[in-house]
Amino acid sequence: MKLAGLFLLVAGWIIALAAVALFSSATPRAWFVLAGVAVELLGLALVFHSHLELRKERG
Amino acid sequence: MPVPSLPEATALLCIFSILLVPFAGAGLALINTGLGRSRSAAHSMMAALCVFAVAAIVYFFCGFAWQGFMGRSAHVFMMGGKPWNWIASEPFFFRGLQLDGSPASLAAWMQMLCVGLAALIPLGSGADRWRLGAICISTALLAGCVYPLFAHWVWGGGWLAQLGVNYGLGHGFMDVGGASSIQVLGGFTALAIAWILGPRRGKYSMEGMPTAFPGHNIVFVLFGCLLALVGWIGLNSAGAILFIGVEPGRIVLIAVNTTLAAASATLTAAIITRVRFGKPDASLSANGWVSGLVASSAACALISPAAAVMIGLAAGALVTFAVELFELRLALDDPGGAISVHAIGGIWGILALGFFAHFPTRALNNVAGSTASSAGNGAPGQWLAQLVGIATLLGFVLPLTYGLNWLLNRIYPQRVAMEGERQGMDLHELGAGAYPEFITHTEEFMQR
Repeated sequence: MKLAGLFLLVAGWIIALAAVALFSSATPRAWFVLAGVAVELLGLALVFHSHLELRKERG
Repeated sequence: MPVPSLPEATALLCIFSILLVPFAGAGLALINTGLGRSRSAAHSMMAALCVFAVAAIVYFFCGFAWQGFMGRSAHVFMMGGKPWNWIASEPFFFRGLQLDGSPASLAAWMQMLCVGLAALIPLGSGADRWRLGAICISTALLAGCVYPLFAHWVWGGGWLAQLGVNYGLGHGFMDVGGASSIQVLGGFTALAIAWILGPRRGKYSMEGMPTAFPGHNIVFVLFGCLLALVGWIGLNSAGAILFIGVEPGRIVLIAVNTTLAAASATLTAAIITRVRFGKPDASLSANGWVSGLVASSAACALISPAAAVMIGLAAGALVTFAVELFELRLALDDPGGAISVHAIGGIWGILALGFFAHFPTRALNNVAGSTASSAGNGAPGQWLAQLVGIATLLGFVLPLTYGLNWLLNRIYPQRVAMEGERQGMDLHELGAGAYPEFITHTEEFMQR
Protein backbone atom coordinates (compact mmCIF):
# COMPACT_ATOMS: atom_id res chain seq x y z
CA MET A 1 0.00 0.00 0.00
CA LYS A 2 2.90 2.34 0.80
CA LEU A 3 4.30 1.69 -2.65
CA ALA A 4 0.93 2.51 -4.24
CA GLY A 5 0.86 5.77 -2.26
CA LEU A 6 4.34 6.72 -3.44
CA PHE A 7 3.34 5.82 -6.99
CA LEU A 8 0.34 8.16 -6.70
CA LEU A 9 2.63 10.96 -5.47
CA VAL A 10 4.77 10.62 -8.58
CA ALA A 11 1.71 10.21 -10.83
CA GLY A 12 0.18 13.43 -9.48
CA TRP A 13 3.39 15.30 -10.17
CA ILE A 14 3.47 14.00 -13.75
CA ILE A 15 -0.15 15.14 -14.24
CA ALA A 16 0.80 18.62 -13.03
CA LEU A 17 3.84 18.71 -15.32
CA ALA A 18 1.83 17.48 -18.29
CA ALA A 19 -0.80 20.14 -17.63
CA VAL A 20 1.86 22.86 -17.75
CA ALA A 21 3.46 21.51 -20.89
CA LEU A 22 0.36 20.53 -22.88
CA PHE A 23 -2.29 23.17 -22.19
CA SER A 24 -1.86 26.66 -23.47
CA SER A 25 -4.97 28.26 -21.99
CA ALA A 26 -5.01 29.16 -18.33
CA THR A 27 -8.23 27.54 -17.09
CA PRO A 28 -7.74 23.89 -18.12
CA ARG A 29 -4.09 24.14 -17.13
CA ALA A 30 -5.03 25.34 -13.64
CA TRP A 31 -7.68 22.61 -13.22
CA PHE A 32 -5.29 19.87 -14.31
CA VAL A 33 -2.54 21.11 -12.01
CA LEU A 34 -5.08 21.10 -9.17
CA ALA A 35 -6.11 17.57 -10.17
CA GLY A 36 -2.45 16.53 -10.06
CA VAL A 37 -2.09 17.96 -6.55
CA ALA A 38 -5.30 16.16 -5.52
CA VAL A 39 -3.84 12.84 -6.75
CA GLU A 40 -0.70 13.59 -4.73
CA LEU A 41 -2.75 14.25 -1.60
CA LEU A 42 -4.51 10.94 -2.15
CA GLY A 43 -1.12 9.27 -2.41
CA LEU A 44 0.05 10.99 0.76
CA ALA A 45 -3.08 9.82 2.59
CA LEU A 46 -2.39 6.27 1.42
CA VAL A 47 1.21 6.37 2.64
CA PHE A 48 0.07 7.69 6.05
CA HIS A 49 -2.61 5.00 6.20
CA SER A 50 -0.11 2.25 5.43
CA HIS A 51 2.19 3.65 8.11
CA LEU A 52 -0.66 3.46 10.64
CA GLU A 53 -1.51 -0.10 9.60
CA LEU A 54 2.11 -1.12 9.97
CA ARG A 55 2.22 0.41 13.45
CA LYS A 56 -0.90 -1.52 14.47
CA GLU A 57 0.54 -4.80 13.12
CA ARG A 58 3.75 -4.32 15.10
CA GLY A 59 1.84 -3.26 18.21
CA MET B 1 19.57 37.03 -17.29
CA PRO B 2 22.41 36.13 -14.94
CA VAL B 3 23.71 38.82 -12.64
CA PRO B 4 27.17 39.56 -14.11
CA SER B 5 28.57 41.18 -10.99
CA LEU B 6 27.38 42.94 -7.89
CA PRO B 7 28.18 46.55 -6.94
CA GLU B 8 30.76 46.59 -4.14
CA ALA B 9 28.32 47.76 -1.45
CA THR B 10 25.79 45.10 -2.42
CA ALA B 11 28.48 42.40 -2.43
CA LEU B 12 29.62 43.48 1.05
CA LEU B 13 26.06 43.41 2.33
CA CYS B 14 25.61 39.98 0.81
CA ILE B 15 28.81 38.72 2.48
CA PHE B 16 27.63 40.10 5.83
CA SER B 17 24.24 38.42 5.36
CA ILE B 18 25.84 35.06 4.52
CA LEU B 19 28.00 35.37 7.65
CA LEU B 20 24.77 35.42 9.68
CA VAL B 21 23.42 32.17 8.17
CA PRO B 22 25.26 29.79 10.59
CA PHE B 23 23.24 31.36 13.42
CA ALA B 24 20.16 29.74 11.90
CA GLY B 25 21.94 26.39 12.11
CA ALA B 26 23.03 27.04 15.70
CA GLY B 27 19.45 27.96 16.59
CA LEU B 28 17.99 24.83 15.03
CA ALA B 29 20.63 22.65 16.69
CA LEU B 30 19.79 24.13 20.11
CA ILE B 31 16.05 23.72 19.49
CA ASN B 32 16.47 20.06 18.47
CA THR B 33 18.68 19.38 21.48
CA GLY B 34 16.38 21.11 23.94
CA LEU B 35 13.31 19.29 22.67
CA GLY B 36 15.08 15.93 22.94
CA ARG B 37 15.94 14.02 26.08
CA SER B 38 18.82 14.80 28.44
CA ARG B 39 20.50 11.46 27.78
CA SER B 40 20.79 12.29 24.04
CA ALA B 41 21.79 15.97 24.31
CA ALA B 42 25.50 15.60 23.49
CA HIS B 43 24.63 13.23 20.64
CA SER B 44 22.20 15.78 19.22
CA MET B 45 24.77 18.61 19.18
CA MET B 46 27.47 16.30 17.86
CA ALA B 47 25.10 15.16 15.11
CA ALA B 48 24.40 18.80 14.17
CA LEU B 49 28.13 19.47 13.83
CA CYS B 50 28.66 16.30 11.78
CA VAL B 51 25.72 17.22 9.54
CA PHE B 52 27.23 20.63 8.77
CA ALA B 53 30.63 19.04 8.12
CA VAL B 54 29.37 16.27 5.84
CA ALA B 55 27.01 18.61 3.98
CA ALA B 56 29.77 21.15 3.29
CA ILE B 57 32.22 18.54 2.01
CA VAL B 58 29.69 16.68 -0.16
CA TYR B 59 28.37 19.96 -1.55
CA PHE B 60 31.94 20.98 -2.40
CA PHE B 61 32.55 17.58 -4.00
CA CYS B 62 29.49 17.30 -6.25
CA GLY B 63 26.59 19.40 -4.93
CA PHE B 64 27.50 22.65 -6.64
CA ALA B 65 28.34 20.78 -9.84
CA TRP B 66 24.70 19.71 -10.08
CA GLN B 67 23.11 22.83 -8.65
CA GLY B 68 25.10 25.46 -10.51
CA PHE B 69 24.03 29.05 -10.80
CA MET B 70 21.78 30.86 -13.23
CA GLY B 71 23.36 31.64 -16.55
CA ARG B 72 26.07 28.99 -16.17
CA SER B 73 26.33 25.67 -18.01
CA ALA B 74 23.45 23.22 -17.63
CA HIS B 75 21.78 20.27 -19.33
CA VAL B 76 18.64 21.31 -21.21
CA PHE B 77 16.16 19.20 -23.15
CA MET B 78 13.33 20.37 -25.34
CA MET B 79 9.70 19.49 -24.65
CA GLY B 80 6.91 20.93 -26.77
CA GLY B 81 9.39 23.38 -28.27
CA LYS B 82 10.31 24.79 -24.86
CA PRO B 83 13.66 24.36 -23.09
CA TRP B 84 13.61 22.40 -19.80
CA ASN B 85 16.74 23.11 -17.82
CA TRP B 86 17.00 20.19 -15.40
CA ILE B 87 20.54 19.91 -14.02
CA ALA B 88 23.71 21.98 -13.99
CA SER B 89 26.86 20.70 -15.65
CA GLU B 90 29.61 22.33 -13.62
CA PRO B 91 32.90 20.54 -12.91
CA PHE B 92 33.26 18.86 -9.49
CA PHE B 93 35.23 20.38 -6.57
CA PHE B 94 34.27 24.00 -7.43
CA ARG B 95 36.64 23.84 -10.43
CA GLY B 96 35.71 26.54 -12.90
CA LEU B 97 34.36 28.72 -10.11
CA GLN B 98 36.32 31.87 -9.32
CA LEU B 99 36.07 32.44 -5.56
CA ASP B 100 36.35 36.17 -5.99
CA GLY B 101 33.11 37.68 -4.72
CA SER B 102 31.22 37.10 -7.94
CA PRO B 103 27.52 36.24 -7.53
CA ALA B 104 28.21 32.57 -8.43
CA SER B 105 30.94 32.28 -5.80
CA LEU B 106 28.78 33.95 -3.15
CA ALA B 107 25.92 31.62 -4.05
CA ALA B 108 28.22 28.59 -3.75
CA TRP B 109 29.36 29.72 -0.29
CA MET B 110 25.81 30.44 0.82
CA GLN B 111 24.53 27.12 -0.52
CA MET B 112 27.26 25.25 1.31
CA LEU B 113 25.69 26.57 4.53
CA CYS B 114 22.09 26.19 3.33
CA VAL B 115 22.50 22.53 2.53
CA GLY B 116 23.72 21.99 6.09
CA LEU B 117 20.66 23.83 7.34
CA ALA B 118 18.36 21.59 5.28
CA ALA B 119 20.11 18.49 6.57
CA LEU B 120 19.78 19.69 10.20
CA ILE B 121 15.98 19.59 9.99
CA PRO B 122 15.56 15.77 10.00
CA LEU B 123 17.58 15.62 13.25
CA GLY B 124 14.45 16.96 14.96
CA SER B 125 12.27 14.06 13.84
CA GLY B 126 14.92 11.37 14.34
CA ALA B 127 15.97 12.53 17.82
CA ASP B 128 16.82 9.94 20.50
CA ARG B 129 17.01 6.97 18.08
CA TRP B 130 18.89 7.89 14.88
CA ARG B 131 22.44 6.50 14.67
CA LEU B 132 25.27 8.96 14.03
CA GLY B 133 26.69 6.94 11.12
CA ALA B 134 23.30 6.81 9.45
CA ILE B 135 22.83 10.55 10.00
CA CYS B 136 26.10 11.23 8.15
CA ILE B 137 25.26 8.97 5.20
CA SER B 138 21.72 10.32 4.96
CA THR B 139 23.15 13.86 4.98
CA ALA B 140 25.54 12.93 2.18
CA LEU B 141 22.60 11.70 0.09
CA LEU B 142 20.70 14.92 0.74
CA ALA B 143 23.65 17.22 0.06
CA GLY B 144 24.91 15.32 -2.96
CA CYS B 145 21.69 14.41 -4.69
CA VAL B 146 18.28 15.68 -3.53
CA TYR B 147 19.19 19.24 -2.56
CA PRO B 148 21.34 20.23 -5.57
CA LEU B 149 18.78 18.93 -8.03
CA PHE B 150 15.80 20.77 -6.56
CA ALA B 151 17.82 23.89 -5.72
CA HIS B 152 18.95 24.03 -9.35
CA TRP B 153 15.35 24.03 -10.49
CA VAL B 154 14.52 26.91 -8.15
CA TRP B 155 17.71 28.98 -7.90
CA GLY B 156 19.93 27.77 -10.71
CA GLY B 157 17.74 28.95 -13.57
CA GLY B 158 16.09 25.53 -13.78
CA TRP B 159 12.71 24.65 -15.27
CA LEU B 160 10.71 25.75 -12.20
CA ALA B 161 12.27 29.22 -12.34
CA GLN B 162 11.55 29.32 -16.08
CA LEU B 163 7.84 28.59 -15.77
CA GLY B 164 7.20 32.33 -16.23
CA VAL B 165 9.34 32.67 -19.36
CA ASN B 166 8.26 29.45 -21.00
CA TYR B 167 4.62 29.11 -19.98
CA GLY B 168 3.58 32.55 -18.78
CA LEU B 169 3.09 31.48 -15.14
CA GLY B 170 3.86 34.76 -13.39
CA HIS B 171 7.59 35.15 -12.81
CA GLY B 172 8.08 31.41 -12.60
CA PHE B 173 8.34 29.53 -9.30
CA MET B 174 9.82 31.91 -6.76
CA ASP B 175 11.40 31.33 -3.40
CA VAL B 176 13.57 34.11 -2.03
CA GLY B 177 15.02 32.55 1.13
CA GLY B 178 14.64 28.81 0.70
CA ALA B 179 11.17 27.94 2.02
CA SER B 180 11.06 25.17 -0.57
CA SER B 181 14.63 24.11 -1.28
CA ILE B 182 15.77 24.27 2.35
CA GLN B 183 12.71 24.05 4.59
CA VAL B 184 10.19 21.83 2.81
CA LEU B 185 12.95 19.61 1.43
CA GLY B 186 14.34 19.21 4.96
CA GLY B 187 10.83 18.76 6.37
CA PHE B 188 10.01 15.99 3.88
CA THR B 189 13.30 14.27 4.69
CA ALA B 190 12.28 14.53 8.36
CA LEU B 191 8.98 12.85 7.45
CA ALA B 192 10.78 10.06 5.59
CA ILE B 193 13.10 9.54 8.58
CA ALA B 194 10.17 9.46 11.03
CA TRP B 195 8.44 6.82 8.87
CA ILE B 196 11.60 4.72 8.53
CA LEU B 197 12.75 4.89 12.17
CA GLY B 198 9.33 4.51 13.76
CA PRO B 199 8.44 6.03 17.14
CA ARG B 200 10.67 6.06 20.20
CA ARG B 201 10.34 3.12 22.54
CA GLY B 202 7.39 3.72 24.88
CA LYS B 203 5.99 6.62 22.88
CA TYR B 204 2.73 4.86 22.05
CA SER B 205 0.75 2.51 24.27
CA MET B 206 -0.71 -0.74 22.97
CA GLU B 207 -3.95 1.17 22.35
CA GLY B 208 -2.05 3.71 20.24
CA MET B 209 -2.24 6.56 22.75
CA PRO B 210 0.87 8.77 22.73
CA THR B 211 2.88 9.46 25.87
CA ALA B 212 4.25 12.98 26.34
CA PHE B 213 8.07 13.12 26.36
CA PRO B 214 8.73 16.74 27.37
CA GLY B 215 11.85 18.41 26.03
CA HIS B 216 14.68 18.36 28.56
CA ASN B 217 15.76 22.02 28.30
CA ILE B 218 13.25 24.63 27.20
CA VAL B 219 15.84 27.39 27.78
CA PHE B 220 17.92 25.93 24.92
CA VAL B 221 14.81 25.90 22.78
CA LEU B 222 13.84 29.51 23.41
CA PHE B 223 17.40 30.80 23.08
CA GLY B 224 17.67 28.81 19.86
CA CYS B 225 14.64 30.68 18.54
CA LEU B 226 16.34 34.05 19.08
CA LEU B 227 19.54 32.84 17.41
CA ALA B 228 17.51 31.48 14.52
CA LEU B 229 15.98 34.92 13.90
CA VAL B 230 19.44 36.42 13.30
CA GLY B 231 20.34 33.59 10.95
CA TRP B 232 17.05 33.83 9.08
CA ILE B 233 17.45 37.54 8.45
CA GLY B 234 20.84 36.75 6.92
CA LEU B 235 19.44 33.85 4.92
CA ASN B 236 16.51 35.82 3.51
CA SER B 237 18.66 38.87 2.75
CA ALA B 238 21.41 36.93 1.00
CA GLY B 239 18.85 34.95 -1.00
CA ALA B 240 17.07 38.11 -2.06
CA ILE B 241 20.30 39.75 -3.24
CA LEU B 242 21.63 36.71 -5.08
CA PHE B 243 18.51 35.13 -6.52
CA ILE B 244 16.13 37.97 -7.26
CA GLY B 245 18.56 40.85 -7.38
CA VAL B 246 17.03 43.22 -4.82
CA GLU B 247 18.75 46.51 -4.12
CA PRO B 248 20.47 46.90 -0.70
CA GLY B 249 17.82 49.26 0.69
CA ARG B 250 15.23 46.52 0.51
CA ILE B 251 17.09 44.50 3.18
CA VAL B 252 15.30 46.62 5.80
CA LEU B 253 11.94 45.42 4.51
CA ILE B 254 13.20 41.82 4.54
CA ALA B 255 14.39 42.08 8.15
CA VAL B 256 11.13 43.72 9.25
CA ASN B 257 9.00 41.10 7.46
CA THR B 258 11.03 38.19 8.84
CA THR B 259 10.72 39.51 12.39
CA LEU B 260 7.00 40.26 12.06
CA ALA B 261 6.20 36.82 10.64
CA ALA B 262 8.04 35.10 13.51
CA ALA B 263 6.48 37.39 16.11
CA SER B 264 2.90 36.96 14.93
CA ALA B 265 3.35 33.20 14.55
CA THR B 266 4.67 32.75 18.07
CA LEU B 267 1.93 34.92 19.60
CA THR B 268 -0.71 32.99 17.68
CA ALA B 269 0.69 29.67 18.90
CA ALA B 270 0.88 31.02 22.48
CA ILE B 271 -2.72 32.27 22.36
CA ILE B 272 -4.07 29.07 20.82
CA THR B 273 -2.34 26.88 23.41
CA ARG B 274 -3.47 29.25 26.20
CA VAL B 275 -7.08 28.97 25.05
CA ARG B 276 -6.96 25.21 24.52
CA PHE B 277 -4.82 24.04 27.44
CA GLY B 278 -5.18 26.86 29.97
CA LYS B 279 -1.53 27.96 29.78
CA PRO B 280 0.68 28.97 26.87
CA ASP B 281 2.87 26.06 25.80
CA ALA B 282 6.53 27.11 25.53
CA SER B 283 7.62 24.39 23.12
CA LEU B 284 4.67 24.92 20.77
CA SER B 285 5.22 28.69 20.92
CA ALA B 286 8.85 28.08 19.96
CA ASN B 287 7.67 25.87 17.10
CA GLY B 288 5.36 28.72 16.10
CA TRP B 289 8.29 31.15 16.05
CA VAL B 290 10.33 28.93 13.75
CA SER B 291 7.35 28.19 11.54
CA GLY B 292 6.84 31.95 11.14
CA LEU B 293 10.49 32.28 10.09
CA VAL B 294 10.10 29.37 7.67
CA ALA B 295 6.91 30.79 6.14
CA SER B 296 8.51 34.23 5.77
CA SER B 297 11.39 32.84 3.73
CA ALA B 298 9.59 32.46 0.41
CA ALA B 299 8.21 35.95 0.00
CA CYS B 300 9.99 38.18 2.54
CA ALA B 301 11.32 40.60 -0.10
CA LEU B 302 8.06 40.86 -2.03
CA ILE B 303 5.38 41.48 0.58
CA SER B 304 4.23 44.31 2.79
CA PRO B 305 4.74 44.12 6.57
CA ALA B 306 0.97 43.63 7.00
CA ALA B 307 1.11 40.58 4.72
CA ALA B 308 4.06 39.24 6.75
CA VAL B 309 1.89 39.46 9.88
CA MET B 310 -0.90 37.58 8.08
CA ILE B 311 1.53 34.88 6.91
CA GLY B 312 2.87 34.54 10.45
CA LEU B 313 -0.63 34.32 11.96
CA ALA B 314 -1.56 31.44 9.68
CA ALA B 315 1.81 29.70 10.19
CA GLY B 316 1.47 29.86 13.98
CA ALA B 317 -2.04 28.44 13.87
CA LEU B 318 -1.11 25.72 11.38
CA VAL B 319 1.84 24.47 13.40
CA THR B 320 -0.12 23.94 16.62
CA PHE B 321 -2.74 21.82 14.87
CA ALA B 322 -0.21 20.00 12.65
CA VAL B 323 1.87 18.88 15.67
CA GLU B 324 -1.27 17.41 17.23
CA LEU B 325 -2.41 15.81 13.97
CA PHE B 326 0.91 14.08 13.36
CA GLU B 327 1.34 12.88 16.94
CA LEU B 328 -2.22 11.87 17.84
CA ARG B 329 -3.88 10.87 14.59
CA LEU B 330 -1.02 9.80 12.34
CA ALA B 331 1.23 8.14 14.95
CA LEU B 332 4.31 10.03 13.81
CA ASP B 333 6.86 10.53 16.55
CA ASP B 334 8.55 13.83 15.69
CA PRO B 335 10.20 15.09 18.91
CA GLY B 336 11.36 18.38 17.41
CA GLY B 337 8.17 19.13 15.45
CA ALA B 338 10.33 19.29 12.31
CA ILE B 339 7.64 18.07 9.94
CA SER B 340 4.98 20.51 11.15
CA VAL B 341 7.34 23.47 11.37
CA HIS B 342 9.41 23.07 8.22
CA ALA B 343 7.22 21.10 5.80
CA ILE B 344 3.82 22.61 6.65
CA GLY B 345 5.17 26.10 7.40
CA GLY B 346 7.26 26.04 4.21
CA ILE B 347 4.38 24.93 2.00
CA TRP B 348 2.22 27.71 3.43
CA GLY B 349 4.98 30.24 2.78
CA ILE B 350 5.40 29.14 -0.84
CA LEU B 351 1.67 29.33 -1.47
CA ALA B 352 1.38 32.69 0.31
CA LEU B 353 3.87 34.23 -2.12
CA GLY B 354 1.39 33.55 -4.92
CA PHE B 355 -1.31 35.49 -3.09
CA PHE B 356 0.50 38.30 -1.29
CA ALA B 357 3.56 39.13 -3.40
CA HIS B 358 3.96 42.45 -5.19
CA PHE B 359 6.65 42.66 -7.81
CA PRO B 360 8.57 45.91 -7.73
CA THR B 361 10.65 45.46 -10.87
CA ARG B 362 10.41 43.66 -14.17
CA ALA B 363 13.67 41.74 -13.79
CA LEU B 364 12.88 39.18 -11.14
CA ASN B 365 14.01 35.58 -10.82
CA ASN B 366 17.02 36.43 -12.98
CA VAL B 367 15.61 34.48 -15.87
CA ALA B 368 15.53 36.20 -19.23
CA GLY B 369 12.07 37.46 -20.11
CA SER B 370 10.64 36.91 -16.63
CA THR B 371 8.28 39.80 -17.07
CA ALA B 372 4.82 38.65 -16.27
CA SER B 373 3.15 41.76 -15.02
CA SER B 374 3.42 45.44 -14.61
CA ALA B 375 5.40 46.72 -11.66
CA GLY B 376 3.61 46.94 -8.36
CA ASN B 377 1.02 44.26 -9.00
CA GLY B 378 0.75 40.58 -8.39
CA ALA B 379 1.60 38.43 -11.40
CA PRO B 380 -1.16 36.47 -13.11
CA GLY B 381 -0.46 32.77 -12.86
CA GLN B 382 2.05 33.22 -10.04
CA TRP B 383 -0.07 31.11 -7.69
CA LEU B 384 -0.09 28.33 -10.28
CA ALA B 385 3.70 28.44 -10.58
CA GLN B 386 3.90 28.15 -6.80
CA LEU B 387 1.47 25.22 -6.89
CA VAL B 388 3.59 23.43 -9.51
CA GLY B 389 6.55 23.89 -7.16
CA ILE B 390 4.61 22.34 -4.29
CA ALA B 391 3.51 19.48 -6.58
CA THR B 392 7.19 18.91 -7.41
CA LEU B 393 8.13 18.79 -3.74
CA LEU B 394 5.35 16.29 -3.04
CA GLY B 395 5.71 14.19 -6.17
CA PHE B 396 9.45 14.24 -6.70
CA VAL B 397 11.35 15.28 -3.57
CA LEU B 398 9.34 13.25 -1.04
CA PRO B 399 9.46 9.93 -2.96
CA LEU B 400 13.15 10.48 -3.81
CA THR B 401 14.25 11.26 -0.27
CA TYR B 402 12.09 8.45 1.12
CA GLY B 403 13.45 6.00 -1.46
CA LEU B 404 17.07 6.90 -0.80
CA ASN B 405 16.69 6.68 2.97
CA TRP B 406 14.72 3.43 2.70
CA LEU B 407 17.52 1.96 0.59
CA LEU B 408 20.10 3.19 3.07
CA ASN B 409 18.12 1.60 5.89
CA ARG B 410 18.21 -1.77 4.07
CA ILE B 411 21.99 -1.60 3.76
CA TYR B 412 22.83 0.16 7.03
CA PRO B 413 20.04 0.12 9.65
CA GLN B 414 19.41 3.69 10.71
CA ARG B 415 17.75 3.07 14.05
CA VAL B 416 19.87 2.44 17.11
CA ALA B 417 19.64 -0.96 18.81
CA MET B 418 17.10 -1.28 21.65
CA GLU B 419 19.91 -1.29 24.20
CA GLY B 420 21.18 2.03 22.86
CA GLU B 421 17.77 3.61 23.14
CA ARG B 422 17.41 2.37 26.70
CA GLN B 423 20.87 3.59 27.66
CA GLY B 424 20.62 6.92 25.84
CA MET B 425 22.36 7.98 22.66
CA ASP B 426 25.10 9.85 24.52
CA LEU B 427 26.46 6.88 26.40
CA HIS B 428 25.75 4.36 23.67
CA GLU B 429 27.24 6.24 20.73
CA LEU B 430 29.62 8.75 22.28
CA GLY B 431 30.60 7.04 25.51
CA ALA B 432 29.88 10.11 27.66
CA GLY B 433 26.82 12.12 28.62
CA ALA B 434 26.15 15.82 28.18
CA TYR B 435 25.59 16.39 31.89
CA PRO B 436 27.98 14.07 33.74
CA GLU B 437 27.34 15.70 37.12
CA PHE B 438 23.64 14.84 37.00
CA ILE B 439 21.94 11.50 37.32
CA THR B 440 20.80 10.35 33.89
CA HIS B 441 17.21 9.22 33.97
CA THR B 442 16.93 6.25 31.71
CA GLU B 443 13.45 4.84 32.12
CA GLU B 444 11.42 7.74 33.41
CA PHE B 445 8.97 7.79 30.54
CA MET B 446 8.82 4.11 29.74
CA GLN B 447 5.47 2.32 29.72
CA ARG B 448 5.24 -0.16 32.53
